[in-house]
Amino acid sequence: MDGKSPDKDQRRDLHGTSFVAPDGEFEDIVRGNIAWMLAVARRILRDPSMAEDAVQLAFAKIHRKLEGFEGKSRLSTWMHRIVVNEALMMLRKQKRENVHPIDPLLPEFDANGCRVDDPFTVSETSEDQLQSRQVREIMKEKIDELPEPYRIVLVLRDIEEMPTSDVAEALEMSEANVKVRLHRARAALKKLLEPMMRGGAL
Amino acid sequence: MSKSGRTMTRRMHGVLFKFPGMITCNEFEDFILVYLEDELPPAKKRLFELHLKVCKSCRLYLAAYRRTLAATKALQKDYDALEETVPQDLIEAILATKDDKPPR
Repeated sequence: MDGKSPDKDQRRDLHGTSFVAPDGEFEDIVRGNIAWMLAVARRILRDPSMAEDAVQLAFAKIHRKLEGFEGKSRLSTWMHRIVVNEALMMLRKQKRENVHPIDPLLPEFDANGCRVDDPFTVSETSEDQLQSRQVREIMKEKIDELPEPYRIVLVLRDIEEMPTSDVAEALEMSEANVKVRLHRARAALKKLLEPMMRGGAL
Repeated sequence: MSKSGRTMTRRMHGVLFKFPGMITCNEFEDFILVYLEDELPPAKKRLFELHLKVCKSCRLYLAAYRRTLAATKALQKDYDALEETVPQDLIEAILATKDDKPPR
């Protein structure tokens, strides 16, 4: 169901200006797409030099397979999948950090199943505010504080906007598990952002 | 609301949410992701929305959850800033190796 959602094409429209036809020169493809591909790899790996390595490996694969590209999906969608997979492969080799439990960041309920957290009202915020440099920096910092198995699901689903089925495949887990992790990741991130939201800064 | 006031409300809710057609905050929590994807079956959607009407804690919680999601999604548009930080030597390295034989 989710795999057929149109959000994927909408996401790719963000790269619309970088789109190059499959018969374009490889050099044009590299120059036109490397910026967003590097951004994707950086978000997944968080390490700039590892991200560069992942992008280099991805382009090597793209170059090898470009002739066989049948245009079943958009070129940028295909390239996105390749760079995500290369970055994930490097991530698996990376020493695991941030393996702390997520439970302290999850909402609490009493014996009757009632919410026990201290409620607060979110202030009015414009789309511009959410996209301000300051907010984006805070967001990146807080996302990096999430335990790794949750961070990666949030990055792939909510930032990269990959469909649940693709994320499940890339991470070798069930779709149900992706959904559970995504929800917990968002709930934990909300907890981490709470001081900012209470202060009206977000 | 004071802490004791909240405890009182919670006790009343604890009873109320056991009524037929009601769900607890905990069950509400489990429905959030699917609700936001608009994939809850109609019967469950009704339960979800009824809970939302009667439970202020969950209304505030959902608002903060949505705000978190909106701020996360705003990061998608963060591509332009990276344009200038693509190292030129990386582009050259990629273009230089493209004619190499693929590794076996």
